[in-house]
Amino acid sequence: MTNKSTLKQLFSAGLINGGIIIFLGLVGMIETFSQRDIVSGLVSMGFILLFLPFFVFGYSIAKKEPDQSLRTVLFAGGLTGLVAGFTTALLPILGQFVNIRDMFMNASPTLYSILNFNQGIYLGGLILMIVSGIIGALGAGFLLIPPRLRNAFLQAVVWTVLLGLMRDLLIVMIARWGAISYIFRWIFASSGLTITGALVIFFLVGVVYYWRSGKKQDLPVKKILSKKQKNIRFGKLVAAVILMLLLPQILGIYFSEILDNVGIYILMGLGLNIVIGFAGLLDLGYVAFFAIGAYVVGVLTSPEMGVIQITFWQALPFALLASVTAGVILGLPVLKMRGDYLAIVTLGFGEIIRLLSLSDWLRPYLGGTQGIQRIARPFIGSLELKTQGQLYYLIVAAILIAGFIAWRLKDSHMGRSWMAMREDEDVAQAMGINLVATKLSAFATGAFFAGLAGAIFAAKLSSAYPQSMNLMVSINVLCLIIVGGMGSIPGVFVGALVLMGSPELLREFSEFRYLVYGALLVVMMLVRPEGLWPEARRKLELHESMEPDALPNDIPTVTENPAG
Amino acid sequence: MSKRLLFVFAALIIATMVLSACGPKASTYECTDAIGCVTVAPGDPIHLAYDMVINGPDATLGIDSRNGVEIAIAEKGQLLGHDVQLTGEDDGCSAEGGQASGTKLAADTTIVAVFGTSCSSAARVAVPLLSQAGFVIISASNTAPDLTKAGDPNNWPGYLRTAHNDTIQGAAAAQFAVDFLKVTKAATIHDGSLYAESLANQFAKVFQELGGTITAQEAVDPNQTDFKSVLTSLAPGGPELIYYPIFVKAGSLITRQAKETTGLENTSLMGADGMFSPDVTAGAGDAVEGLFVSSPDTSSFSQKYNDYFLPKYQELFGSEPVSIFHAHAYDATWMVMNAIEAVAVKDADGTLHIPRQALRDAMYATKDFQGLTGVLTCGPTGDCANPKIAVYEYHAGEYPPIKVWP
Amino acid sequence: MLRTWRQRITIADVVVWIIGLSIAFVVVYGSIKTIEVGKYNTRVWIDLTITGLALGGVYALIALGYTIVYGVLKMINFAHSEIFMSGPFTAVFLALALYKNGFWNSHPYISLLLVTLLAVTVSSTLAVLLERIAYRPLRTAPRLVPLITAIGASFFLQYAFRGFFGSGLQAYPELGFLKGTWTFGSIPVYKTQVVVIISALIMMLILYGFVQLTKMGKAMRAVSEDKEVAGLMGIDVDRIIMLTFALGGASAGLGGILYILLFPVVHFFMGFIPGLKAFTAAVLGGIGNVPGAFLGAMILGILEAVGPSLFLDGMGIAAPYQLKDAIAFIILVFILIIRPSGILGERITQTKA
Repeated sequence: MTNKSTLKQLFSAGLINGGIIIFLGLVGMIETFSQRDIVSGLVSMGFILLFLPFFVFGYSIAKKEPDQSLRTVLFAGGLTGLVAGFTTALLPILGQFVNIRDMFMNASPTLYSILNFNQGIYLGGLILMIVSGIIGALGAGFLLIPPRLRNAFLQAVVWTVLLGLMRDLLIVMIARWGAISYIFRWIFASSGLTITGALVIFFLVGVVYYWRSGKKQDLPVKKILSKKQKNIRFGKLVAAVILMLLLPQILGIYFSEILDNVGIYILMGLGLNIVIGFAGLLDLGYVAFFAIGAYVVGVLTSPEMGVIQITFWQALPFALLASVTAGVILGLPVLKMRGDYLAIVTLGFGEIIRLLSLSDWLRPYLGGTQGIQRIARPFIGSLELKTQGQLYYLIVAAILIAGFIAWRLKDSHMGRSWMAMREDEDVAQAMGINLVATKLSAFATGAFFAGLAGAIFAAKLSSAYPQSMNLMVSINVLCLIIVGGMGSIPGVFVGALVLMGSPELLREFSEFRYLVYGALLVVMMLVRPEGLWPEARRKLELHESMEPDALPNDIPTVTENPAG
Repeated sequence: MSKRLLFVFAALIIATMVLSACGPKASTYECTDAIGCVTVAPGDPIHLAYDMVINGPDATLGIDSRNGVEIAIAEKGQLLGHDVQLTGEDDGCSAEGGQASGTKLAADTTIVAVFGTSCSSAARVAVPLLSQAGFVIISASNTAPDLTKAGDPNNWPGYLRTAHNDTIQGAAAAQFAVDFLKVTKAATIHDGSLYAESLANQFAKVFQELGGTITAQEAVDPNQTDFKSVLTSLAPGGPELIYYPIFVKAGSLITRQAKETTGLENTSLMGADGMFSPDVTAGAGDAVEGLFVSSPDTSSFSQKYNDYFLPKYQELFGSEPVSIFHAHAYDATWMVMNAIEAVAVKDADGTLHIPRQALRDAMYATKDFQGLTGVLTCGPTGDCANPKIAVYEYHAGEYPPIKVWP
Repeated sequence: MLRTWRQRITIADVVVWIIGLSIAFVVVYGSIKTIEVGKYNTRVWIDLTITGLALGGVYALIALGYTIVYGVLKMINFAHSEIFMSGPFTAVFLALALYKNGFWNSHPYISLLLVTLLAVTVSSTLAVLLERIAYRPLRTAPRLVPLITAIGASFFLQYAFRGFFGSGLQAYPELGFLKGTWTFGSIPVYKTQVVVIISALIMMLILYGFVQLTKMGKAMRAVSEDKEVAGLMGIDVDRIIMLTFALGGASAGLGGILYILLFPVVHFFMGFIPGLKAFTAAVLGGIGNVPGAFLGAMILGILEAVGPSLFLDGMGIAAPYQLKDAIAFIILVFILIIRPSGILGERITQTKA
């Protein structure tokens, strides 16, 4: 049956599993999330968080078993769960004798009673072990279910949990639909889903998925498109465009707000993608150009500043010009610097701009701590673009322009020079590329996009504060282009949606937002270092240079945020 | 993915057509309120929300206030036979954070009142959104004067606060410096937050009006730790008082480092209610001896604070209060709950109707409310804080500090 | 000759030199003005310098960790600031427990030793774990990928510690034997400042000696030169890298303890700014170079303390200390214009970073 070394493996997996749960508990996630219902009165988010690791570990440990018979698999999963349950149960026992709450503030009696099913430390610990063993075995047994059914089951669970989690948002969205909204009301309880709702969603998704996955097998090999298919394709494109234009009307104001924010990040991402992705210049102070764009519009249009008061459209060219000039000015001293020297100088530049906008010294001109308020919003004819829904169109237009520029630049002479420089500066220079012009143009173009984003940002908020211009913005933009896939234009869109959009949707994570964000970045880079939508060439390179065994397959962090 | 989702929704619609037998029940209550009512069905909770900073470097400010809100809700238990549900958003302590969170909360029509925001910059953007949604907005930590200044574009209906308007507190501090300390030369330090900057400027203005001289006005970054160089550069001006109305972290370090700076050994130090916290005693060590802080006069109400609030805080959150506006938030929550009790109409089946304008009116009409931060009476523009400011003096190893003025 | 010389100068070079010269001009002009005004006496300048040196000492210990990891892996370990935070933030609970039962006051030296040991252990364990989980699988990936992992790890650790220990601040109890001043000549200097400056110096010498003189250090340098060849030469590359992280972590933990001697308040966000400064210092001195990191840190510390008063005060700029980081970064740009790879950085770093 199981030999000694696999036994050791089971034990260490169980220990890691227990460690993860203790971590989740001490960090406060289990207790906080246990107040959050997925299925009203039955399943809470904390419950899922607590038991999912057992299941996942049971499953993955069973997968590693060389012998896939029912008995060994169940034994492996069960034992892992048991060990994990035991490890977890030690926490309340420790808490009973030592006051660890002086140190770990979340080691509260509430957490212990969740872990113990309210049954006291010994009986509760025993129950926890039994339950975790059973769940571990279930996870292992899950492996033996036919894949089609398994996937359908998984889909069903994921959708149920997601809909339960996003209940508050969905209800707000549905309420906009008038009479139709009553059809959906019974799905949602005052928090989470109703039991009927959960069951209906679960079975519907499961059945639909099962049915569809059965059909998929006879997918046709890609053929040359006939005229009819081309028409269908065109029709789909038109439908997508119409849908995109209607989005704010369908989704309501809050989703428009999220889309606006994502859009502003897409604009910045498109710019930084040119600087880093195309030209390979590591810029950590990208926020500086964003700030310049915002502040120029602010100073020129706000009546508070009293310089001159012009409209948004009149101020926009000045903002763009100022950003581009700043890009060139930053570009010049760093011409000879490479890699990390460049990174720190650009980072410093970002900080300098932030500090100047915050400073008491420039307060009469830039507003200091109090920022600039009453910045003009753009008018189209006599219509003021004021709500998030209206600004959405402005942002979409800006993205279309910027995206078009970026796309055209990519394969232009300039784009080729950037990429040559990214690969090897010395060789590029030897091939006759003017490094000075190439670098400066990359900085200038990047700054242009950021300036545009900043100007729109200022108009959207109708105010600009130095506190908004911090290093986090630069880091977020950097992360989104790398998560999306460096050098890839669609990657920017995907990256922005994932990193900027999803945290907004999952309110549950608000307090643990950065924790999950950080873990997500790490896991993402370990599992998919080329990004979500990589540039074709880069993907090839990466898979050539990375040996397959360099990719991790036993990273425990994956399970640390199952819901992320 | 989207196709599948569409399919699921389509299937759901069909399923519900079959399942849903009846529409909403007709209510006997008729809402006549100018800006609408909130209806809470029997068994449903009354929905309150917070809009405070709970992430990033300023997180302590918001988390602390939220803890205060939670204590009040836990203390109350059920309100008119309904549970109280608290959800919330992160205002990010920034304008864009305020816009995102404000938009999200404004979209949820079940919300009765919002506690927040934490920061004035977020308030200026979020409050208009929340006000137009008909909520009561009550902040425990906005101190910028414009928010409750009549006629100011930043003053919105439905907005109140239990925090101190900077104008009152800054002026009181200057008065204290002249009357009690009898100093003529002072320096100020702020930390780049709206709160500290407007207090420091207010202090400087009134101090000069009272005949004093301001030797220097400095600013620091609250996330840094070395303030000795700033302090050293202040010393040659010979200030007799340094006024730094900032928060605990930087405040306790400045207190400590000022005592170690040549030329400032005998200079008086003074902060504002941002430094009225046990963490200052711990963070500044022995250097806390003789530090003055201005704060609302808590003399008659500190009893409940020490006897009930602090132990409860420790029990629920496992630590001492981490910032300073927890008591303000606690008071704000009680005021909202009292106002709901006063205006809500209950049907026979337990359904609750809360008229929004009436609730706002009830909030503005709050009079002589016995809170942890004093006896609170709200003005017509929303200032509810007790206008009586007192000054307290810290002694090493002791908390709370002793009242010395007036 | 003259022609080629003139040909080599481009407009870009001219502009860069103009930028450099204008920075230099402002610095000199501001300094002269300030000294003319004569607001500060010599004593103030000495005080500021000592403050700057002590601050530089803390930066130096963190920068050493940055620099040796960079030297070996050529990657910026962004999470290093959180490793720095983890040590003192964990050890504060030991310190408070010792203080409660009186041991802290009765045996202050042993207490400090215990706290230091704990902080160093936590920091270096965390550094090694981080390397094992987050960086090792990515060793062959393009260099921006580990940078993002490091940023992610930095967030993760920051907020994990916030979850564990809360978002409030904790304060170390005072150590009686480090209170007060020692007098050098006629200038009283705080004992803590002396301890910090000297410890940083010693730690730098030890690390430098280790890298230059021991067999392990030799192996580290070999790995830094070329991992594959080093592996072929029989060096266990994984072990050497682990050791590097352990060393870097230990020096960050020690830096943390020195930090709390100066600023005895700890919280989850405390690593961010010192980490950023230490990174700057490492680059200023020439990243990958141990004495360079020390030198860079000291220069940065002094710049921050003295710079605002010296350069800006005389020009009548309001609240000069608000701009101290701006000054530090501008001087960094200035130095990098003159020496693009840092003060002690080798020109060879211009190969491929």
